[in-house]
Amino acid sequence: MSVLVFAENWDGKFKKPSLEALTYGFELAQKTGGTVTAVVLGNNVADDELKKLGEYGCSKVLYANNPKLATLSAGTYTAAMAEAATKEGAKHIVFSHTYTGKSVAPRLAARLKAGLVAGAVALPTSTEPFVIKKKCFSGKGFTDVQVTSDIKIIALAINSHHINANNTAVTIEAFSPAIGDNDTTVNEVKKTSGKVVLTEAEIVVSAGRGMKGPENWGMIEALADVLGAATACSKPVADMGWRPHHEHVGQTGITISPNLYIAIGISGAIQHLAGISSSKIIVAINIDKEAPFFKIADYGIVGDAFQVIPKLTEAIKQVKASH
Amino acid sequence: MKFLVCISQVPDTTTKITFTPDNKAFNSTGVQFIINPYDEMALTRALEVKEAQGGTVTVIHVGLTNADPIIRKALAIGADDAVRINAEPTDALFVAEEIAAYAKNEKYDVILTGRESIDYNSGQVMGMIAELLNIPSVAVATKLDINGTTATLEREIDGGKEVVSVNLPFAASAQKDFAEPRIPNMRGIMSARTKPLKVVEPTATVKPTVSLSFQSPPAKSACKMVDAEHPEELAKLLHTEAKAF
Repeated sequence: MSVLVFAENWDGKFKKPSLEALTYGFELAQKTGGTVTAVVLGNNVADDELKKLGEYGCSKVLYANNPKLATLSAGTYTAAMAEAATKEGAKHIVFSHTYTGKSVAPRLAARLKAGLVAGAVALPTSTEPFVIKKKCFSGKGFTDVQVTSDIKIIALAINSHHINANNTAVTIEAFSPAIGDNDTTVNEVKKTSGKVVLTEAEIVVSAGRGMKGPENWGMIEALADVLGAATACSKPVADMGWRPHHEHVGQTGITISPNLYIAIGISGAIQHLAGISSSKIIVAINIDKEAPFFKIADYGIVGDAFQVIPKLTEAIKQVKASH
Repeated sequence: MKFLVCISQVPDTTTKITFTPDNKAFNSTGVQFIINPYDEMALTRALEVKEAQGGTVTVIHVGLTNADPIIRKALAIGADDAVRINAEPTDALFVAEEIAAYAKNEKYDVILTGRESIDYNSGQVMGMIAELLNIPSVAVATKLDINGTTATLEREIDGGKEVVSVNLPFAASAQKDFAEPRIPNMRGIMSARTKPLKVVEPTATVKPTVSLSFQSPPAKSACKMVDAEHPEELAKLLHTEAKAF
Protein backbone atom coordinates (compact mmCIF):
# COMPACT_ATOMS: atom_id res chain seq x y z
CA MET A 1 0.00 0.00 0.00
CA SER A 2 1.35 3.37 -0.91
CA VAL A 3 0.42 7.01 -0.91
CA LEU A 4 0.22 8.19 -4.51
CA VAL A 5 1.23 11.79 -5.17
CA PHE A 6 0.55 13.54 -8.45
CA ALA A 7 3.84 15.41 -8.99
CA GLU A 8 2.87 18.04 -11.50
CA ASN A 9 5.57 19.43 -13.75
CA TRP A 10 5.63 22.70 -15.63
CA ASP A 11 7.68 22.37 -18.81
CA GLY A 12 9.66 19.59 -17.16
CA LYS A 13 10.23 21.37 -13.83
CA PHE A 14 8.71 20.63 -10.42
CA LYS A 15 7.64 23.70 -8.53
CA LYS A 16 6.53 24.56 -5.04
CA PRO A 17 2.98 23.12 -5.20
CA SER A 18 4.34 19.68 -6.21
CA LEU A 19 6.94 19.74 -3.44
CA GLU A 20 4.28 20.71 -0.90
CA ALA A 21 2.15 17.78 -2.09
CA LEU A 22 5.13 15.41 -1.87
CA THR A 23 6.03 16.52 1.66
CA TYR A 24 2.38 16.16 2.61
CA GLY A 25 2.27 12.69 1.04
CA PHE A 26 5.38 11.65 2.98
CA GLU A 27 3.92 12.81 6.29
CA LEU A 28 0.61 11.16 5.45
CA ALA A 29 2.39 7.86 4.71
CA GLN A 30 3.99 8.04 8.16
CA LYS A 31 0.49 8.11 9.66
CA THR A 32 -1.15 5.55 7.40
CA GLY A 33 1.83 3.26 6.76
CA GLY A 34 3.44 2.51 3.42
CA THR A 35 5.66 4.47 1.09
CA VAL A 36 5.19 7.34 -1.32
CA THR A 37 4.98 6.87 -5.06
CA ALA A 38 5.05 9.99 -7.22
CA VAL A 39 3.36 9.97 -10.61
CA VAL A 40 4.85 12.21 -13.27
CA LEU A 41 2.86 12.70 -16.46
CA GLY A 42 4.68 14.61 -19.14
CA ASN A 43 7.05 14.65 -22.00
CA ASN A 44 10.85 14.81 -21.82
CA VAL A 45 11.27 15.43 -18.11
CA ALA A 46 15.00 15.23 -17.37
CA ASP A 47 16.29 12.33 -15.28
CA ASP A 48 17.92 14.71 -12.79
CA GLU A 49 14.60 16.42 -12.21
CA LEU A 50 12.90 13.07 -11.57
CA LYS A 51 15.60 12.00 -9.12
CA LYS A 52 15.10 15.24 -7.19
CA LEU A 53 11.68 13.97 -6.12
CA GLY A 54 13.44 11.48 -3.85
CA GLU A 55 14.70 14.41 -1.80
CA TYR A 56 11.10 15.05 -0.75
CA GLY A 57 10.35 11.55 0.44
CA CYS A 58 9.12 9.42 -2.44
CA SER A 59 10.70 6.04 -2.93
CA LYS A 60 9.30 5.42 -6.40
CA VAL A 61 8.57 7.64 -9.36
CA LEU A 62 6.22 6.36 -12.04
CA TYR A 63 7.18 8.38 -15.06
CA ALA A 64 4.86 8.34 -18.07
CA ASN A 65 6.81 9.93 -20.91
CA ASN A 66 4.32 10.48 -23.71
CA PRO A 67 3.77 13.42 -26.10
CA LYS A 68 0.02 13.11 -25.40
CA LEU A 69 0.71 14.10 -21.81
CA ALA A 70 2.58 17.28 -22.74
CA THR A 71 -0.68 19.22 -22.59
CA LEU A 72 -3.59 18.80 -20.20
CA SER A 73 -6.49 16.71 -21.40
CA ALA A 74 -8.35 15.99 -18.17
CA GLY A 75 -9.75 12.66 -19.32
CA THR A 76 -6.32 11.39 -20.41
CA TYR A 77 -4.63 12.44 -17.17
CA THR A 78 -7.47 10.79 -15.22
CA ALA A 79 -7.03 7.49 -17.05
CA ALA A 80 -3.28 7.55 -16.35
CA MET A 81 -3.75 8.39 -12.66
CA ALA A 82 -6.41 5.68 -12.25
CA GLU A 83 -4.08 3.09 -13.73
CA ALA A 84 -1.24 4.20 -11.43
CA ALA A 85 -3.56 3.99 -8.41
CA THR A 86 -4.60 0.45 -9.29
CA LYS A 87 -1.03 -0.64 -10.03
CA GLU A 88 0.22 0.68 -6.67
CA GLY A 89 -2.85 -0.37 -4.69
CA ALA A 90 -3.01 3.21 -3.46
CA LYS A 91 -5.63 4.07 -0.87
CA HIS A 92 -4.58 7.71 -0.57
CA ILE A 93 -3.98 9.99 -3.55
CA VAL A 94 -2.60 13.51 -3.11
CA PHE A 95 -2.85 16.39 -5.59
CA SER A 96 -1.94 20.02 -5.22
CA HIS A 97 -5.05 22.13 -5.78
CA THR A 98 -3.55 23.83 -8.83
CA TYR A 99 -5.58 24.34 -12.01
CA THR A 100 -4.39 20.93 -13.17
CA GLY A 101 -5.37 19.42 -9.82
CA LYS A 102 -8.77 21.06 -10.12
CA SER A 103 -9.17 19.54 -13.58
CA VAL A 104 -8.08 16.01 -12.79
CA ALA A 105 -8.87 15.19 -9.13
CA PRO A 106 -12.69 15.39 -9.48
CA ARG A 107 -12.69 13.13 -12.55
CA LEU A 108 -10.45 10.64 -10.77
CA ALA A 109 -12.74 10.71 -7.74
CA ALA A 110 -15.76 9.91 -9.90
CA ARG A 111 -13.90 7.12 -11.66
CA LEU A 112 -12.62 5.50 -8.45
CA LYS A 113 -15.81 6.29 -6.47
CA ALA A 114 -13.52 8.03 -4.03
CA GLY A 115 -14.23 10.86 -1.63
CA LEU A 116 -12.28 14.00 -2.52
CA VAL A 117 -11.31 16.73 -0.07
CA ALA A 118 -10.61 19.73 -2.29
CA GLY A 119 -8.69 22.57 -0.70
CA ALA A 120 -7.36 20.58 2.28
CA VAL A 121 -5.22 22.70 4.61
CA ALA A 122 -3.70 20.12 6.98
CA LEU A 123 -2.84 16.49 7.52
CA PRO A 124 -5.77 14.34 8.69
CA THR A 125 -6.72 15.03 12.30
CA SER A 126 -7.49 11.32 12.54
CA THR A 127 -7.04 8.45 10.11
CA GLU A 128 -9.71 6.16 11.63
CA PRO A 129 -12.15 7.70 10.88
CA PHE A 130 -10.38 9.67 8.17
CA VAL A 131 -11.00 13.37 8.83
CA ILE A 132 -9.34 16.33 7.10
CA LYS A 133 -9.77 20.06 7.54
CA LYS A 134 -10.51 22.14 4.47
CA LYS A 135 -11.33 25.74 3.66
CA CYS A 136 -14.92 26.70 3.01
CA PHE A 137 -17.09 29.80 2.60
CA SER A 138 -14.31 31.43 0.54
CA GLY A 139 -11.89 31.75 3.44
CA LYS A 140 -14.57 32.67 5.98
CA GLY A 141 -14.61 29.22 7.54
CA PHE A 142 -13.13 25.75 7.82
CA THR A 143 -14.83 22.39 7.88
CA ASP A 144 -13.71 18.94 9.03
CA VAL A 145 -14.60 16.49 6.31
CA GLN A 146 -14.86 12.77 6.93
CA VAL A 147 -14.06 10.53 3.99
CA THR A 148 -15.73 7.13 4.16
CA SER A 149 -14.74 5.61 0.80
CA ASP A 150 -12.00 2.97 0.52
CA ILE A 151 -9.86 5.25 -1.68
CA LYS A 152 -9.39 8.82 -0.47
CA ILE A 153 -8.25 11.76 -2.58
CA ILE A 154 -6.81 14.95 -1.14
CA ALA A 155 -6.27 18.15 -3.13
CA LEU A 156 -3.99 20.25 -0.98
CA ALA A 157 -4.50 24.03 -1.01
CA ILE A 158 -1.46 25.82 -2.41
CA ASN A 159 0.80 27.44 0.24
CA SER A 160 -0.89 25.56 3.07
CA HIS A 161 1.77 22.95 3.80
CA HIS A 162 5.52 23.25 4.42
CA ILE A 163 8.20 21.69 2.25
CA ASN A 164 10.67 19.38 4.00
CA ALA A 165 13.66 17.50 2.73
CA ASN A 166 13.10 13.78 3.42
CA ASN A 167 15.97 12.20 1.51
CA THR A 168 14.84 8.82 0.25
CA ALA A 169 16.42 6.30 -2.09
CA VAL A 170 14.29 6.59 -5.19
CA THR A 171 13.76 4.34 -8.19
CA ILE A 172 12.48 5.77 -11.45
CA GLU A 173 10.13 3.42 -13.23
CA ALA A 174 8.89 3.89 -16.77
CA PHE A 175 5.12 3.86 -16.75
CA SER A 176 3.06 3.30 -19.90
CA PRO A 177 -0.61 3.78 -19.05
CA ALA A 178 -3.18 2.76 -21.64
CA ILE A 179 -4.45 6.13 -22.73
CA GLY A 180 -6.63 7.00 -25.68
CA ASP A 181 -6.51 10.12 -27.82
CA ASN A 182 -6.65 13.49 -26.11
CA ASP A 183 -10.14 14.96 -26.10
CA THR A 184 -8.89 18.50 -25.44
CA THR A 185 -6.62 20.24 -27.92
CA VAL A 186 -4.48 23.11 -26.68
CA ASN A 187 -4.29 25.73 -29.45
CA GLU A 188 -2.44 28.50 -27.69
CA VAL A 189 -0.73 29.20 -24.37
CA LYS A 190 -0.76 32.77 -23.08
CA LYS A 191 1.82 33.01 -20.31
CA THR A 192 1.80 35.96 -17.97
CA SER A 193 5.49 36.32 -18.59
CA GLY A 194 8.26 37.21 -16.19
CA LYS A 195 5.96 37.80 -13.24
CA VAL A 196 5.60 35.90 -9.99
CA VAL A 197 2.53 33.65 -10.26
CA LEU A 198 -0.15 35.09 -7.99
CA THR A 199 -1.57 31.84 -6.63
CA GLU A 200 1.88 30.54 -5.67
CA ALA A 201 3.40 33.80 -4.45
CA GLU A 202 4.88 33.96 -0.92
CA ILE A 203 4.35 37.71 -0.86
CA VAL A 204 1.58 39.66 -2.56
CA VAL A 205 1.38 43.44 -2.91
CA SER A 206 -2.18 44.45 -3.65
CA ALA A 207 -3.72 47.83 -4.30
CA GLY A 208 -7.16 49.35 -4.69
CA ARG A 209 -9.04 52.48 -5.60
CA GLY A 210 -6.92 54.50 -3.18
CA MET A 211 -4.26 54.53 -5.92
CA LYS A 212 -6.51 56.95 -7.86
CA GLY A 213 -5.56 55.69 -11.33
CA PRO A 214 -3.67 53.01 -13.28
CA GLU A 215 -0.82 55.44 -13.95
CA ASN A 216 0.14 55.26 -10.26
CA TRP A 217 0.89 51.53 -10.21
CA GLY A 218 4.60 52.07 -10.75
CA MET A 219 5.23 52.37 -7.01
CA ILE A 220 3.17 49.22 -6.36
CA GLU A 221 5.28 47.30 -8.86
CA ALA A 222 8.47 48.76 -7.39
CA LEU A 223 7.48 47.55 -3.92
CA ALA A 224 6.56 44.14 -5.33
CA ASP A 225 9.88 43.93 -7.16
CA VAL A 226 11.99 44.56 -4.07
CA LEU A 227 10.01 41.89 -2.17
CA GLY A 228 9.96 39.41 -5.06
CA ALA A 229 6.19 39.62 -4.75
CA ALA A 230 3.26 39.16 -7.11
CA THR A 231 0.91 42.09 -7.65
CA ALA A 232 -2.84 41.88 -7.11
CA CYS A 233 -5.79 44.26 -6.97
CA SER A 234 -9.31 44.74 -5.63
CA LYS A 235 -12.49 44.14 -7.65
CA PRO A 236 -13.33 47.79 -8.45
CA VAL A 237 -9.84 48.29 -9.84
CA ALA A 238 -10.22 45.29 -12.15
CA ASP A 239 -13.77 46.30 -13.09
CA MET A 240 -12.59 49.78 -14.08
CA GLY A 241 -9.89 48.22 -16.22
CA TRP A 242 -7.02 49.73 -14.26
CA ARG A 243 -5.56 46.27 -13.82
CA PRO A 244 -6.19 42.93 -15.57
CA HIS A 245 -8.90 40.67 -14.14
CA HIS A 246 -6.44 37.88 -13.40
CA GLU A 247 -5.03 40.10 -10.63
CA HIS A 248 -8.41 40.46 -8.90
CA VAL A 249 -8.40 38.75 -5.50
CA GLY A 250 -11.59 38.31 -3.49
CA GLN A 251 -14.76 36.32 -3.31
CA THR A 252 -15.41 36.35 -7.06
CA GLY A 253 -11.73 36.60 -8.00
CA ILE A 254 -8.76 34.54 -6.95
CA THR A 255 -8.36 33.19 -3.43
CA ILE A 256 -4.79 33.31 -2.17
CA SER A 257 -2.95 32.48 1.04
CA PRO A 258 0.52 34.01 0.86
CA ASN A 259 2.83 34.44 3.84
CA LEU A 260 2.58 38.20 3.53
CA TYR A 261 -0.26 40.22 2.02
CA ILE A 262 0.16 43.99 1.75
CA ALA A 263 -3.08 45.85 1.00
CA ILE A 264 -2.65 49.42 -0.17
CA GLY A 265 -5.61 51.75 -0.58
CA ILE A 266 -8.11 48.89 -0.24
CA SER A 267 -10.83 49.48 2.34
CA GLY A 268 -11.40 45.79 3.07
CA ALA A 269 -14.94 44.92 1.98
CA ILE A 270 -16.04 41.48 3.18
CA GLN A 271 -15.91 40.13 -0.39
CA HIS A 272 -12.28 41.19 -0.71
CA LEU A 273 -11.30 39.78 2.68
CA ALA A 274 -12.81 36.43 1.66
CA GLY A 275 -10.09 36.05 -0.93
CA ILE A 276 -7.13 36.84 1.32
CA SER A 277 -8.12 36.10 4.92
CA SER A 278 -5.99 32.96 5.13
CA SER A 279 -2.82 34.96 4.45
CA LYS A 280 -0.38 34.48 7.33
CA ILE A 281 0.62 38.14 7.84
CA ILE A 282 -1.60 40.98 6.63
CA VAL A 283 -0.47 44.60 6.30
CA ALA A 284 -2.96 47.39 5.61
CA ILE A 285 -1.96 50.84 4.41
CA ASN A 286 -4.87 53.22 4.09
CA ILE A 287 -5.56 56.91 4.48
CA ASP A 288 -8.85 56.16 6.28
CA LYS A 289 -8.26 55.01 9.86
CA GLU A 290 -11.77 53.51 9.91
CA ALA A 291 -11.00 51.17 6.96
CA PRO A 292 -12.29 47.66 7.86
CA PHE A 293 -8.95 46.22 6.76
CA PHE A 294 -7.32 47.39 10.00
CA LYS A 295 -9.64 45.04 11.93
CA ILE A 296 -8.07 41.97 10.39
CA ALA A 297 -4.56 43.26 9.66
CA ASP A 298 -1.51 42.38 11.74
CA TYR A 299 0.28 45.63 10.92
CA GLY A 300 -1.14 48.93 9.73
CA ILE A 301 -0.21 52.40 8.65
CA VAL A 302 -2.78 55.19 8.48
CA GLY A 303 -1.37 57.46 5.84
CA ASP A 304 -1.15 58.58 2.26
CA ALA A 305 0.06 55.69 0.10
CA PHE A 306 1.80 58.13 -2.24
CA GLN A 307 4.02 59.25 0.65
CA VAL A 308 4.34 55.93 2.49
CA ILE A 309 5.00 53.43 -0.31
CA PRO A 310 8.20 54.93 -1.80
CA LYS A 311 9.65 55.25 1.73
CA LEU A 312 8.63 51.71 2.63
CA THR A 313 10.17 50.37 -0.58
CA GLU A 314 13.43 52.14 0.17
CA ALA A 315 13.42 50.89 3.79
CA ILE A 316 12.85 47.27 2.71
CA LYS A 317 15.66 47.60 0.20
CA GLN A 318 17.97 48.70 3.01
CA VAL A 319 16.91 45.94 5.39
CA LYS A 320 17.51 43.41 2.61
CA ALA A 321 20.89 44.90 1.78
CA SER A 322 22.06 44.75 5.40
CA HIS A 323 21.14 41.06 5.96
CA MET B 1 -28.14 23.10 -29.18
CA LYS B 2 -29.12 21.75 -25.76
CA PHE B 3 -27.54 23.35 -22.71
CA LEU B 4 -27.73 22.05 -19.16
CA VAL B 5 -26.60 24.54 -16.51
CA CYS B 6 -26.12 23.24 -12.97
CA ILE B 7 -26.87 25.79 -10.29
CA SER B 8 -26.32 25.67 -6.58
CA GLN B 9 -27.72 27.79 -3.79
CA VAL B 10 -25.27 29.75 -1.66
CA PRO B 11 -25.39 32.52 0.96
CA ASP B 12 -25.28 36.04 -0.50
CA THR B 13 -21.68 37.26 -0.90
CA THR B 14 -22.10 39.90 1.84
CA THR B 15 -23.23 37.34 4.44
CA LYS B 16 -21.37 37.22 7.73
CA ILE B 17 -20.60 33.52 8.01
CA THR B 18 -21.50 31.97 11.38
CA PHE B 19 -22.23 28.42 12.47
CA THR B 20 -24.84 26.81 14.71
CA PRO B 21 -23.92 26.59 18.44
CA ASP B 22 -22.90 22.92 18.06
CA ASN B 23 -20.75 23.89 15.01
CA LYS B 24 -22.34 21.14 12.96
CA ALA B 25 -23.93 23.39 10.35
CA PHE B 26 -23.95 26.80 8.73
CA ASN B 27 -26.22 29.21 10.59
CA SER B 28 -28.72 30.18 7.92
CA THR B 29 -30.92 32.32 10.18
CA GLY B 30 -31.72 35.57 8.40
CA VAL B 31 -29.42 34.72 5.48
CA GLN B 32 -30.35 35.67 1.95
CA PHE B 33 -29.61 32.88 -0.54
CA ILE B 34 -28.60 33.46 -4.13
CA ILE B 35 -27.60 31.52 -7.24
CA ASN B 36 -23.90 30.77 -6.90
CA PRO B 37 -22.29 33.72 -8.78
CA TYR B 38 -20.11 31.49 -11.02
CA ASP B 39 -23.13 29.35 -11.91
CA GLU B 40 -24.95 32.52 -12.90
CA MET B 41 -22.08 33.43 -15.25
CA ALA B 42 -22.37 29.95 -16.80
CA LEU B 43 -26.12 30.43 -17.21
CA THR B 44 -25.70 33.84 -18.84
CA ARG B 45 -23.17 32.57 -21.38
CA ALA B 46 -25.47 29.64 -22.23
CA LEU B 47 -28.29 32.12 -22.88
CA GLU B 48 -26.05 34.32 -25.04
CA VAL B 49 -25.03 31.39 -27.23
CA LYS B 50 -28.61 30.14 -27.40
CA GLU B 51 -29.86 33.56 -28.49
CA ALA B 52 -27.24 33.72 -31.24
CA GLN B 53 -27.46 30.12 -32.46
CA GLY B 54 -30.76 28.68 -31.24
CA GLY B 55 -31.39 25.90 -28.76
CA THR B 56 -32.66 25.39 -25.25
CA VAL B 57 -31.24 26.10 -21.81
CA THR B 58 -32.27 23.88 -18.91
CA VAL B 59 -31.17 24.57 -15.35
CA ILE B 60 -30.77 21.73 -12.87
CA HIS B 61 -30.41 21.92 -9.12
CA VAL B 62 -29.95 19.23 -6.49
CA GLY B 63 -31.72 20.42 -3.37
CA LEU B 64 -34.94 20.73 -1.43
CA THR B 65 -37.98 22.99 -1.94
CA ASN B 66 -36.25 25.91 -0.19
CA ALA B 67 -34.21 26.37 -3.38
CA ASP B 68 -37.27 27.06 -5.55
CA PRO B 69 -36.79 30.87 -5.38
CA ILE B 70 -33.31 30.69 -6.93
CA ILE B 71 -34.57 28.23 -9.56
CA ARG B 72 -37.36 30.70 -10.43
CA LYS B 73 -34.74 33.43 -10.62
CA ALA B 74 -32.76 31.36 -13.15
CA LEU B 75 -35.96 30.98 -15.18
CA ALA B 76 -36.55 34.73 -14.92
CA ILE B 77 -33.04 35.39 -16.22
CA GLY B 78 -34.00 33.35 -19.26
CA ALA B 79 -33.65 29.58 -18.82
CA ASP B 80 -36.39 27.67 -20.66
CA ASP B 81 -37.11 25.06 -18.04
CA ALA B 82 -35.79 23.68 -14.77
CA VAL B 83 -35.24 20.39 -12.99
CA ARG B 84 -34.85 19.93 -9.26
CA ILE B 85 -33.50 16.65 -7.92
CA ASN B 86 -35.23 16.38 -4.58
CA ALA B 87 -32.32 15.60 -2.22
CA GLU B 88 -29.96 17.41 0.11
CA PRO B 89 -26.72 18.21 -1.72
CA THR B 90 -24.26 17.16 0.99
CA ASP B 91 -21.65 15.39 -1.14
CA ALA B 92 -20.18 16.35 -4.53
CA LEU B 93 -20.11 12.84 -5.99
CA PHE B 94 -23.73 12.29 -4.95
CA VAL B 95 -24.75 15.53 -6.69
CA ALA B 96 -22.73 14.66 -9.79
CA GLU B 97 -24.22 11.17 -10.01
CA GLU B 98 -27.73 12.60 -9.80
CA ILE B 99 -27.08 15.16 -12.52
CA ALA B 100 -25.24 12.67 -14.74
CA ALA B 101 -28.07 10.15 -14.38
CA TYR B 102 -30.60 12.78 -15.46
CA ALA B 103 -28.39 14.16 -18.27
CA LYS B 104 -27.71 10.73 -19.74
CA ASN B 105 -31.21 10.39 -21.15
CA GLU B 106 -31.53 13.98 -22.30
CA LYS B 107 -28.42 14.11 -24.53
CA TYR B 108 -27.20 17.62 -23.76
CA ASP B 109 -24.57 19.18 -26.01
CA VAL B 110 -23.09 21.42 -23.34
CA ILE B 111 -23.12 20.99 -19.54
CA LEU B 112 -21.98 24.01 -17.55
CA THR B 113 -21.35 24.74 -13.87
CA GLY B 114 -19.55 27.52 -12.00
CA ARG B 115 -15.87 26.97 -11.26
CA GLU B 116 -16.82 26.32 -7.61
CA SER B 117 -19.62 27.14 -5.21
CA ILE B 118 -18.73 29.98 -2.88
CA ASP B 119 -19.78 27.94 0.17
CA TYR B 120 -17.86 24.65 -0.13
CA ASN B 121 -15.28 25.94 -2.66
CA SER B 122 -14.60 22.43 -3.89
CA GLY B 123 -15.15 22.75 -7.64
CA GLN B 124 -15.76 19.02 -8.02
CA VAL B 125 -19.15 18.53 -9.63
CA MET B 126 -18.35 19.50 -13.24
CA GLY B 127 -15.37 17.16 -13.58
CA MET B 128 -17.28 14.34 -11.93
CA ILE B 129 -20.26 14.71 -14.28
CA ALA B 130 -17.90 14.72 -17.28
CA GLU B 131 -16.18 11.56 -16.07
CA LEU B 132 -19.48 9.79 -15.42
CA LEU B 133 -20.73 10.71 -18.91
CA ASN B 134 -17.31 10.11 -20.48
CA ILE B 135 -17.14 13.51 -22.17
CA PRO B 136 -14.34 16.14 -22.30
CA SER B 137 -14.13 18.66 -19.45
CA VAL B 138 -12.60 22.11 -19.28
CA ALA B 139 -12.25 23.49 -15.76
CA VAL B 140 -12.06 27.17 -14.76
CA ALA B 141 -12.88 28.56 -18.20
CA THR B 142 -12.95 32.29 -18.87
CA LYS B 143 -14.39 32.16 -22.41
CA LEU B 144 -16.65 29.92 -24.43
CA ASP B 145 -17.49 30.01 -28.13
CA ILE B 146 -19.24 27.31 -30.09
CA ASN B 147 -18.87 26.77 -33.80
CA GLY B 148 -20.81 23.81 -35.19
CA THR B 149 -19.70 20.72 -33.32
CA THR B 150 -16.55 22.29 -31.85
CA ALA B 151 -16.21 24.54 -28.84
CA THR B 152 -13.28 26.86 -28.21
CA LEU B 153 -12.60 27.82 -24.62
CA GLU B 154 -10.04 29.81 -22.73
CA ARG B 155 -9.05 28.33 -19.38
CA GLU B 156 -6.89 29.40 -16.48
CA ILE B 157 -3.57 27.65 -16.02
CA ASP B 158 -0.91 28.34 -13.41
CA GLY B 159 0.77 31.49 -14.66
CA GLY B 160 -1.45 32.29 -17.62
CA LYS B 161 -4.24 31.10 -19.85
CA GLU B 162 -4.71 28.47 -22.50
CA VAL B 163 -6.99 28.42 -25.53
CA VAL B 164 -8.35 24.91 -25.99
CA SER B 165 -10.87 23.21 -28.22
CA VAL B 166 -13.13 20.23 -27.61
CA ASN B 167 -15.84 18.46 -29.54
CA LEU B 168 -19.45 18.50 -28.41
CA PRO B 169 -20.78 17.15 -26.12
CA PHE B 170 -18.57 18.48 -23.32
CA ALA B 171 -18.68 19.99 -19.85
CA ALA B 172 -17.01 23.16 -18.56
CA SER B 173 -16.91 25.28 -15.41
CA ALA B 174 -17.14 29.07 -15.55
CA GLN B 175 -14.65 31.51 -14.07
CA LYS B 176 -15.02 35.29 -13.97
CA ASP B 177 -15.05 36.86 -17.49
CA PHE B 178 -17.19 33.96 -18.81
CA ALA B 179 -20.15 36.37 -19.04
CA GLU B 180 -21.59 39.40 -17.28
CA PRO B 181 -24.61 38.35 -15.22
CA ARG B 182 -27.96 39.84 -16.26
CA ILE B 183 -30.67 41.38 -14.14
CA PRO B 184 -34.01 39.73 -14.94
CA ASN B 185 -36.59 42.09 -16.46
CA MET B 186 -40.28 42.23 -15.57
CA ARG B 187 -41.29 40.06 -18.52
CA GLY B 188 -38.75 37.45 -17.46
CA ILE B 189 -40.02 37.49 -13.89
CA MET B 190 -43.65 37.11 -15.03
CA SER B 191 -42.91 34.29 -17.46
CA ALA B 192 -40.74 32.45 -14.90
CA ARG B 193 -43.87 31.65 -12.90
CA THR B 194 -45.30 29.51 -15.67
CA LYS B 195 -42.14 27.88 -17.01
CA PRO B 196 -41.85 24.17 -16.22
CA LEU B 197 -40.03 23.11 -13.02
CA LYS B 198 -39.79 19.35 -12.90
CA VAL B 199 -39.09 17.61 -9.58
CA VAL B 200 -37.22 14.30 -9.80
CA GLU B 201 -36.60 11.90 -6.92
CA PRO B 202 -32.95 10.94 -6.30
CA THR B 203 -31.47 7.58 -7.27
CA ALA B 204 -27.77 7.81 -6.34
CA THR B 205 -26.57 6.08 -3.20
CA VAL B 206 -22.90 7.06 -2.92
CA LYS B 207 -21.90 9.70 -0.38
CA PRO B 208 -18.17 9.28 0.26
CA THR B 209 -17.74 12.53 2.21
CA VAL B 210 -19.54 14.29 5.03
CA SER B 211 -18.82 17.60 6.75
CA LEU B 212 -18.67 16.84 10.47
CA SER B 213 -18.14 20.31 11.87
CA PHE B 214 -17.29 23.91 11.01
CA GLN B 215 -15.09 26.61 12.50
CA SER B 216 -14.61 30.29 11.86
CA PRO B 217 -11.05 31.40 11.15
CA PRO B 218 -9.09 32.12 14.36
CA ALA B 219 -9.57 35.67 15.63
CA LYS B 220 -6.74 38.04 14.81
CA SER B 221 -4.91 39.88 17.57
CA ALA B 222 -5.08 43.68 17.43
CA CYS B 223 -3.44 45.42 14.50
CA LYS B 224 -0.05 46.91 15.35
CA MET B 225 -0.04 50.48 14.07
CA VAL B 226 3.06 52.14 12.64
CA ASP B 227 3.47 55.90 12.26
CA ALA B 228 3.06 57.05 8.64
CA GLU B 229 6.17 59.20 9.00
CA HIS B 230 8.27 56.12 9.75
CA PRO B 231 7.53 53.30 7.29
CA GLU B 232 11.03 51.97 8.03
CA GLU B 233 9.60 50.75 11.36
CA LEU B 234 7.20 48.58 9.39
CA ALA B 235 10.05 47.22 7.27
CA LYS B 236 11.90 46.26 10.48
CA LEU B 237 8.85 44.64 12.08
CA LEU B 238 8.10 42.62 8.96
CA HIS B 239 11.68 41.44 8.83
CA THR B 240 12.52 40.73 12.47
CA GLU B 241 9.16 40.09 14.15
CA ALA B 242 6.96 38.67 11.42
CA LYS B 243 9.89 37.15 9.50
CA ALA B 244 7.86 37.81 6.39
CA PHE B 245 10.83 38.53 4.11
